Amino acid sequence: MSRQATTNTHTTSLRTAADWGLVAVALPTLAALTQPIGARGGETLGWFGGSLAPLFLIGVVLTVLAGRTAPTRIKGAWTELAGIVLAWLLPLHLLDEGVDLSAGAGVWLFLVAAILQLWRVLGALSARPGWTRSVVVPGLFGLGLLIAWEILVRGFQVPAILLPAPSRIAGALVQHAPVLWDDFRQTVLISVLRGYLLGCGAGFAVAILADRVPFLARGLLPLGNLASAIPVVGIAPIMVMWFGFDWQSKAAVIVVMTFFPMLVNTLAGLSSAERIQLDLMRSYAAGYGRTLVKLRLPNALPFLFNGLKINSTLALIGAIVAEFFGTPVVGMGFRISTEVARMNLDVVWASITVAALTGSGLYGGLALLERATTAWHPSMRRR
Amino acid sequence: MHSPSPSRTNGATGQPAPAPIVEARSLSLVYPTADNRPVTALSEVDLTIARGDFVSLIGPSGCGKTTLLRVIADLEQPTGGRITVEGLTPEQARLKRLYGYVFQAPALYPWRTVERNVMLPLEIMGIPRAERQARAREELQRVGLSGFERKFPWQLSGGMQQRASIARALALKPDLLLMDEPFGALDEITRDHLNLHLTQLWRSTGKTCVFVTHSIAEAVFLSTRIVVMSPRPGRILDVIDCDLPRERTLDIRESPEFAAIAHRVRDGLKEGHSYDD
Repeated sequence: MSRQATTNTHTTSLRTAADWGLVAVALPTLAALTQPIGARGGETLGWFGGSLAPLFLIGVVLTVLAGRTAPTRIKGAWTELAGIVLAWLLPLHLLDEGVDLSAGAGVWLFLVAAILQLWRVLGALSARPGWTRSVVVPGLFGLGLLIAWEILVRGFQVPAILLPAPSRIAGALVQHAPVLWDDFRQTVLISVLRGYLLGCGAGFAVAILADRVPFLARGLLPLGNLASAIPVVGIAPIMVMWFGFDWQSKAAVIVVMTFFPMLVNTLAGLSSAERIQLDLMRSYAAGYGRTLVKLRLPNALPFLFNGLKINSTLALIGAIVAEFFGTPVVGMGFRISTEVARMNLDVVWASITVAALTGSGLYGGLALLERATTAWHPSMRRR
Repeated sequence: MHSPSPSRTNGATGQPAPAPIVEARSLSLVYPTADNRPVTALSEVDLTIARGDFVSLIGPSGCGKTTLLRVIADLEQPTGGRITVEGLTPEQARLKRLYGYVFQAPALYPWRTVERNVMLPLEIMGIPRAERQARAREELQRVGLSGFERKFPWQLSGGMQQRASIARALALKPDLLLMDEPFGALDEITRDHLNLHLTQLWRSTGKTCVFVTHSIAEAVFLSTRIVVMSPRPGRILDVIDCDLPRERTLDIRESPEFAAIAHRVRDGLKEGHSYDD
């Protein structure tokens, strides 16, 4: 690895010595070159059979060489990343050219090499602290998965009814944006938000009460275990019967699902204050209320956030499932159930995407809020 | 048996004793247990603590020294006998916030900065914000923590945390400071340093201190009187006057007077067979 004082500067700066990772990348690449890359118009197509494939190949080899000769490992990693992008673009290009990739092993072996190379680059990048490690690496990882999905689905011509390619889902997202927005407003902004606030608020309030009245806690906690075992598909139709088609029935399902997690977490949080801290408040002649506000609630914050985060995902699931059992003709659950029946799987997947993004958005927002308010907690401290 | 309660004159000045700050008469505390063999934590304790004294309660674990301190602070209720704090019941004294309590652990709230931790008792007392802050700054300066106001407790060393907790107790401006093995968890070097600091603090503020410890050297170094206690049942074996000069440096621990008092304390502890088990 170290630079040796030889006359041939070119070979010394090539970091190739005993790089088994690179060998692991080279082997499937060489194997790929012996295989056809697919078929076009019924004829088998080789690497050098009249496509732009050789150009991609040369580009990739050049970036690997440039990466090996780069002054630092990190700069090398960025250069190699460009090569990986090129390698991943090759199958997409061939697909656009109308090449049937499932007819040959060449591109797939090449992709295996590209995945190994991505593995190596991500390994190098994740050694770098800060923005690179926390944003770039997971971003590239996710992007890699999406592109792999795209290539596999299109390469093997998976029917869109089973699994559409990400590009088709994105297309449906754009095309049906107004409808999806209405669904989002109905399900998330109306049902989930109200049900979530009601459920978490009630769970919190009853926990405060149960903390004052011990028999309430003793009576309610076993019920909490029972309620957490209730299947949402079981209570959703009942709630629709009780509260009608509109948001009230969805909110009711959410309240049932979120009440006990919030209650249990709040109670656990309230009882987490240490004896010595309570004695301290007692020595100040602080009453119940003061002790609650100055000590027990701040101390319970990590527990409260735990409950809030669990409930944010439960609430979304509850609302969507409840919409299967009756809703005005809008809402994410309604959309999924009707479009499945009409075989419009693109829209279903677009709705699922919106739901997934909403769920992780809610969770992520709460996690950020938690980090801001409980930076003091040992699990959050950054020294 | 228990020692006679010394009704005494103030050793340093020879003046007649003013009203004692703490007075206990045949105080006992029995914990009921599940197996019907109640534990006697305190048995027939008589103790008088005069204003301005530094009294150490010393003894092996289980001798009731912490329990006695907690009874004074109204954190435990005695099952027999009488006790007054500033002429009031411990509960009245607690409600009037007449004492400051320093616990074994700093018990600082990790979500508050050091300064806001010291301001906590003042917040509860309803003192206006500006005064709260001024008093917190003053007490932090007194314990040598100026410049650490905005730090969080977990960014401080163990010794600094315990100093912050002393500042918090002082912020109440109590005449009586109750300390339960405050330096027990610290290393010996830090402990020496804080002992020196504490004795200077006591001299400069003229407060009455009740200090629980299981270190003989610490007790002799800090105290004007040492109460030797023994377990099973928790009782007072001896009360030893510690008439070293009030102004003390760490060097005093090498003096023969110091050694003589330490010897008496050790004898007192032996008498209770407290090393037997």
